[in-house]
Amino acid sequence: MSKADTIDRHYRELVETADRELTENRPDGTIEIQVGSATCEHAAGSQTVYDEFKKHIEASDRKDIRLHRTGCTGRCSREPIVSLLIEGERPVKYQKVDSRAVHRIFTSHILRGEPAAEFLLGDPTAETAPVELLFCGGQRCGRKLDFDPEKSFRQALRQAGKSDRDVYILNANCFGLCGRERRGGGAHVLIRPQGLLYKIKSAEDVQRIVRESLVEGKTIKELESDEPVFGRRFFELYGELAFFNRQTRIALRNAGVVDPESLHEYVAYAGFEALAMALRKDNPKWVIEQLTQAKLRGRGGGGFPTAQKWRFGREAEAETKYIVCNADEGDPGAFMDRSMLESDPFSILEGMIIGGFTIGANRGFIYVRAEYPLAIKRLHKAIESCRRHGLLGRSILGSGFDFDIEIRLGAGAFVCGEETALIHSIEGERGQPRIRPPYPTDRGLWGQPTVINNVETFANIPVIVAYGGQWFGRIGSDNSGGTKVFALAGKVEHTGLVEVPMGVALRHIVEEIGGGVPGGKKVKAVQTGGPAGGCIPAKWLDTKVDFDSLTAKGSIMGSGGMIVLDEDSCMVDVAKFFMTFSQDESCGKCTPCREGATRIVEILERITKGRGEAADLDKLERLSRLMKRASLCGLGRAAANPVLSTLREFRSEYKAHVRDKTCPAHACKALIKYEIDPDKCVGCTLCARKCPVSCIDGERRKPHKIDQNRCIKCGRCFEVCRFDAVNRG
Amino acid sequence: MSKQQSTDNWPEVRQQAVEQLPGAIVEFIEQCQAEEHPESQLIAVLHQVQNHFGHLGEAQLDAVAQLMRIPHAKVAGVASFYHFFRLNPPGQTTIHICLGTACFVKGAERVAEKFREELGIDFGETTKDGKFSLEASRCLGTCGLAPVIMVDDQVQGPATPDQVPGIIEKLLAKDKRAKNSGS
Repeated sequence: MSKADTIDRHYRELVETADRELTENRPDGTIEIQVGSATCEHAAGSQTVYDEFKKHIEASDRKDIRLHRTGCTGRCSREPIVSLLIEGERPVKYQKVDSRAVHRIFTSHILRGEPAAEFLLGDPTAETAPVELLFCGGQRCGRKLDFDPEKSFRQALRQAGKSDRDVYILNANCFGLCGRERRGGGAHVLIRPQGLLYKIKSAEDVQRIVRESLVEGKTIKELESDEPVFGRRFFELYGELAFFNRQTRIALRNAGVVDPESLHEYVAYAGFEALAMALRKDNPKWVIEQLTQAKLRGRGGGGFPTAQKWRFGREAEAETKYIVCNADEGDPGAFMDRSMLESDPFSILEGMIIGGFTIGANRGFIYVRAEYPLAIKRLHKAIESCRRHGLLGRSILGSGFDFDIEIRLGAGAFVCGEETALIHSIEGERGQPRIRPPYPTDRGLWGQPTVINNVETFANIPVIVAYGGQWFGRIGSDNSGGTKVFALAGKVEHTGLVEVPMGVALRHIVEEIGGGVPGGKKVKAVQTGGPAGGCIPAKWLDTKVDFDSLTAKGSIMGSGGMIVLDEDSCMVDVAKFFMTFSQDESCGKCTPCREGATRIVEILERITKGRGEAADLDKLERLSRLMKRASLCGLGRAAANPVLSTLREFRSEYKAHVRDKTCPAHACKALIKYEIDPDKCVGCTLCARKCPVSCIDGERRKPHKIDQNRCIKCGRCFEVCRFDAVNRG
Repeated sequence: MSKQQSTDNWPEVRQQAVEQLPGAIVEFIEQCQAEEHPESQLIAVLHQVQNHFGHLGEAQLDAVAQLMRIPHAKVAGVASFYHFFRLNPPGQTTIHICLGTACFVKGAERVAEKFREELGIDFGETTKDGKFSLEASRCLGTCGLAPVIMVDDQVQGPATPDQVPGIIEKLLAKDKRAKNSGS
């Protein structure tokens, strides 16, 4: 038997075992209760919810109900999220579920078939219908059609006597499926809950779909799309919600879909198909060629072309080589990697094995933060199951290629995200960076060639290998293929994980997916790239989000933290926050970073306390530029970015602090003063009762007064006053 | 005079070191010695020691240095470099306040101030009765719930300054209950 046949046989066996396991667990007609399970879900109480459902199922003695644990969908502020999947019906999702909600959902929805309306996730007033059509909004989908597919559908539906109540039409973001063959050859439409994906090429197709599929309920085989199915299950489950359907899920394809602890489920969603393919081709150059066509750039923030890095690794001559997954996600406000590790650990392992095969390494390391215990636990389990199924260890899938992965823990040092510092840390040293070159692809771990990639980069690899670099390269912008995952947080309505094609406008993320700032306030700026990034002012919300456009605007893509700031955020204070972080995390090896950061923090401290001097702004600029030029590693070189970008875009705020001694956003305590307007105050005593230091005096029904000497400027009076009588200035 | 007195005091040194550490850790260290690059496991060993004792004491650091055959200066250097390792014993309950960006934007500083005020200690300190430690934490990665606090290993959020006295009271009550049921 040839090697390719052996690999095929091993892979087929794997798929068959997975299918068998899954069908045994999930007989037809089963009702499935899906409970999210990741650190944030747990924090919100999802474990209690899981146990509670279990109790209910046992008590009811129903054998047709299955409890399914999945990772996290990334809809953080509404967790815990529970999805109820009943065959032939639209999946129903519940938000902020607690024990009371479990009881209601179980008795009302499962036993009586009436959804528990008060806990539904999503807009309760939104139109719904038993069938939904989801149009792919990709730029290329339908571009070459000579008719508008949505209009034709509406027309055809009207003719068939179907209204909005029967079939509802939604516009989604790009599904990420666009043409392996010809660009814009057709438009994709997904029909829920049937999960049918059709590709429409003519107005005739629309008529057929309405007639045969929607009215008669048949499947039209020849119109079904033969494009990759990644992300499809995700849209089937979550497609009706704007937060999800405006996204394109590739790296997060399995998050919230599969059980992160089950190898079989991963295999059922095309898992390890790419690995089998790469091993069967037995040609590392082919893999690198796919990465080149995919225009994949490192997702850790640097944006270095992955194909080039792997080629260097491949070409380096050495007996021993290593591949390392950098999971030391240290940026404050970023949690993409954690979520990927917790929700779909197998995709990262698969990416690493393919990487090891490509560069010729037999050992891989995952360097993960000790602060992520659940991610560590799931990785351990995933590695164990891979070893059991011949996917790690000797002769993977019978190919003769040996590879194994070991987990190494970080210990809370931000600088260890820098690759040379990370290498030192794996070696058991203090995590201090060194000068590059030599780059790790020449001399890395223990002096051997080492390729280091970020978690998200690895998660993308299997998709690229399985569906081709060209396909991947078409999603995204000209210089950067694929998608990017962002952790959207801060002053935004819907916080959570967002994956969008490279090159979409910042506004799309903040407003369409994130739902804008709550409380009708305005976006002031968006901070991207963590402590090494910068602030993009609201006037530039139409900036495209990719490596080059963000750099041009003075910020960086970074690893994917995205914090929305509104009118109440003081930009000087924000810059101080990031500088304090960088100063604290500076490893102290080089002087520009160690001393520069310290002095910058001192100056910012002075400015926010109202003791700033006119010369301070120039000094800040000079110091920042010096740090940028003279520091040893990326941490120091980028540390002053928040200061430089806010100085450039929000100089007037700095000036207000220094010259007028005021804080326009009313955030710097030393510069604000609370006063009660005697004309507006009705003497309700509420502020006096709420004041934590009892510094508000006044008789009932008479204007009150704040003792400025004792006031700690906590702002409590300002918040509680119902008559708008407390002025902040 | 006897021929030559052995100057090798390794058996004694080893014995002293072994006494400082739980058996499982000693075993782990000795296993590592047999493999490639044993010194690279130093951070892993320190994690285990801290897991067991709650902090890294001087005696344990020395034992680790001896058993792993790494200079004490280097072990101490690594232990003090990483934020995750603590060199002093923590209080019964450790309250971590996340000061990540999302939490900062949403008012974590005010929550932190309330904790400092209520407990009368600053970050990195322990109350005199040894009940509480207060730690400023790097991003806990649950930004969707910001501002977030972590009591021991339980993440809670969103936290407000008003909840602080209640949280402390609840912990004290729990402690009292535990003591009562214990006696």
